Amino acid sequence: MTRRIMGPFNRVEGDLEVELEIESGQVVSAQVSSSLYRGFEQILQGKEPADALVYTPRICGICSVSQSVAAARALAQLSGVTMPTNGDLAINLILANENVADHLTHFYLFFMPDFARETYRNEPWYELIANRFRAQTGSAAREMLAARAQFMHLMGLMAGKWPHSLAIQPGGVSRSIEMQEKARLQAILFGFRRYLESQLFGDSLENIVSLDSADALQAWSVEQPLDRSDFRAFLEVAGELELDQLGQAEDRFMSYGAYQLSGRNSFAQGLWETELEPLDSKLITEDISHSWMGYQTAPKHPFEGVTLPDAEIEQAYSWCKAPRLDGKVVEVGALARQQVDGHPLIRDLVSQSGGNVRNRVIARLLEIARVTLLMESWVREIQPKQPFCDHAAMPQEAQGAGLVEAARGSLGHWIKIRNGRILNYQIVAPTTWNFSPRDAKGQPGALEVALQGAKLRAGEQEPVSVQHIVRSFDPCMVCTVH
Amino acid sequence: MSDQPTLNLLWLQSGGCGGCSLSLLCAEGPDLFTLLESAGINLLWHPSLSEASGSELIELLKSILDGEVRLDLLCLEGSVVCGPNGSGKFHRFAGTDQPMMQWIERLAKVAGHVIAVGSCAAYGGITAAGNNPSESCGLQYDEHEKGGLLGQSFSDESGLPVINIAGCPVHPNWVSETLVQLACGELQRQHLDHVGRPRSYADHLVHHGCPRNEFYEYKASAEKSSDLGCMMEHMGCLGTQAHADCNTRLWNGEGSCLRGGYACINCTAPGFEEPGHPFTETPKIAGIPVGLPTDMPKAWFVALASLAKAATPKRLKENAVADHIRVPPSRKPGEKT
Repeated sequence: MTRRIMGPFNRVEGDLEVELEIESGQVVSAQVSSSLYRGFEQILQGKEPADALVYTPRICGICSVSQSVAAARALAQLSGVTMPTNGDLAINLILANENVADHLTHFYLFFMPDFARETYRNEPWYELIANRFRAQTGSAAREMLAARAQFMHLMGLMAGKWPHSLAIQPGGVSRSIEMQEKARLQAILFGFRRYLESQLFGDSLENIVSLDSADALQAWSVEQPLDRSDFRAFLEVAGELELDQLGQAEDRFMSYGAYQLSGRNSFAQGLWETELEPLDSKLITEDISHSWMGYQTAPKHPFEGVTLPDAEIEQAYSWCKAPRLDGKVVEVGALARQQVDGHPLIRDLVSQSGGNVRNRVIARLLEIARVTLLMESWVREIQPKQPFCDHAAMPQEAQGAGLVEAARGSLGHWIKIRNGRILNYQIVAPTTWNFSPRDAKGQPGALEVALQGAKLRAGEQEPVSVQHIVRSFDPCMVCTVH
Repeated sequence: MSDQPTLNLLWLQSGGCGGCSLSLLCAEGPDLFTLLESAGINLLWHPSLSEASGSELIELLKSILDGEVRLDLLCLEGSVVCGPNGSGKFHRFAGTDQPMMQWIERLAKVAGHVIAVGSCAAYGGITAAGNNPSESCGLQYDEHEKGGLLGQSFSDESGLPVINIAGCPVHPNWVSETLVQLACGELQRQHLDHVGRPRSYADHLVHHGCPRNEFYEYKASAEKSSDLGCMMEHMGCLGTQAHADCNTRLWNGEGSCLRGGYACINCTAPGFEEPGHPFTETPKIAGIPVGLPTDMPKAWFVALASLAKAATPKRLKENAVADHIRVPPSRKPGEKT
């Protein structure tokens, strides 16, 4: 048995190190470590509740709107403010803008460049993939960045700037949309659809979201020339490299539900193990047995949780905590979200091969199409001249939770206030779920499980299979460690 | 600019959120890659953009320190994390057992220019808020105090101190224009302001080009978020004091904080993270805001403000506390269309 430390891991957000135990050319055990601590929970203590809207987006520059929405929802629960329909629509659009941009960034900048590595030089698809996706010089990244920047004009219009907007408020948004701006939003989305349909999918968004089974996807793929679209090229690589056999975790999927509108979720909330079950967020706990964290003796629900660093803990190996649902490991993200929501393609893929590198990426791309279509409908529903924000006074003593789906999965903020000030603020981020260290029972986190069994190619120092698995989760370490 | 020499750029991240890099990816006209190419900049490594991972990167860093690879531009994003107790253990550079602060310090000493991207790397920023649990500081500042990781006397071979492209996050063009100016050899000490910011954007105020300027003139003030009025009197807006060109150089094609309907929190300034009052409330003494425009005598401001308030047109008074334009500009009675 040999041990190998991989790090720093790039093309992920934040700091990550993975320690592998390798035997007979395959990974038998993995420890996932976050190597940075910043201490947002401590920073927030004693602050005015509304200041969370300034601080928490700055936990993360890649999903800062998700942090805003979680904070705003927690504050809304504290104050009991309700949101006008326009507020829901505006927040959904701003959040969807970030989530879709994140999925694009992940696919083009973080995930695909690994297939342009030298190790794949002799593969039949190599030249096509390398020209298109090679880091920094591939043709796809420039096109994507230009399209993404245009798409994010929606953010400029509705949220002022990205990242770190203050537009999202407990009762709606600070920026109302006028008729002419609604027209502009429609035009921005049309331009973005044109990019997706010509470059990413090579087909209409409607056709992509109506792919309803593994067979339908296979038939679609066979019909398309290899160089027709980036999705098609990915499916080729995924098939050749059997990415559906790589990186399976425990296949217990959770989603808080996404994109609320008039009290309903556009993507359902729930837990999937063998069937869809309701989600009880009271069963969430965080364990710190293998974290450089102290001052907490047993796993605690976030309302009671403590996040205080202790760099000297013997068996610890990460600044990340270990969240569990009813004591169990769950996986979150686009695949979990679409599995819980019941999209037929994802349900079929998961029933055949479970959660894995290929299916995580397919779910993400499918979601780009689904969410863009939803965005078009939300813009149409905006009622200029109607209110976009409601207001309510903050109580002196209360507690609230804000649950939201970020691109990478379920994000929760739990806040307690006393004497009008923040007494406790705890954050559980999507990557905290997926990249958690072991818990007191020795259960490894989702990625730690997913890495078991990864095979090494001959002579590899930095096993490329490990890189594919890690990046298939699109980790956001800065959120994880706050 | 093909006759330019190639400049090697290394980008590192420490105690930040990655938001400045993500903002930079929003660069347009041209995109980030074209922009670097135009300035003859070769990206040695960037955490989000490069293929090299793990040991490949550590080898690269060693070859820079050994003098085998020239490092022209070192960009740091995120604060320098010094905790706990000055050990730097809160940010160990993954794949090595060493604190990131040590890597940064060694690399800064061999770099042609050192650039702090964002308020965290410049002054400590948001990471240094509260009781600064991570003991974060900037490269050459600890909030308002000179010093930081590299010390106040640090300068590169050309005599430049750390260049502080402050902002939370930075506007993509602040970074790109600074890099292009450095590549052309056109950025000199006099082009940096008193806290090391490029004057190209820091000689402006956020107030310049504010779309709420007419409300400001008449002190027609917003009372709650989503109101259209001036946010200085009640909503904590520091646009009249904040050094940046956000309202004349827009964000994401269309926006700025003020255009988004929320207050400027002066995120380009050292210590912005601890204003000493709730961010979106204006502290007042005897009903008068404490933080008035910096270059205006307080007595004059108060006198002019009360005069302006007395003269506020009905249109501005009503629109200031509404979320849509209630009263459009009217024609004078009898005026021809």
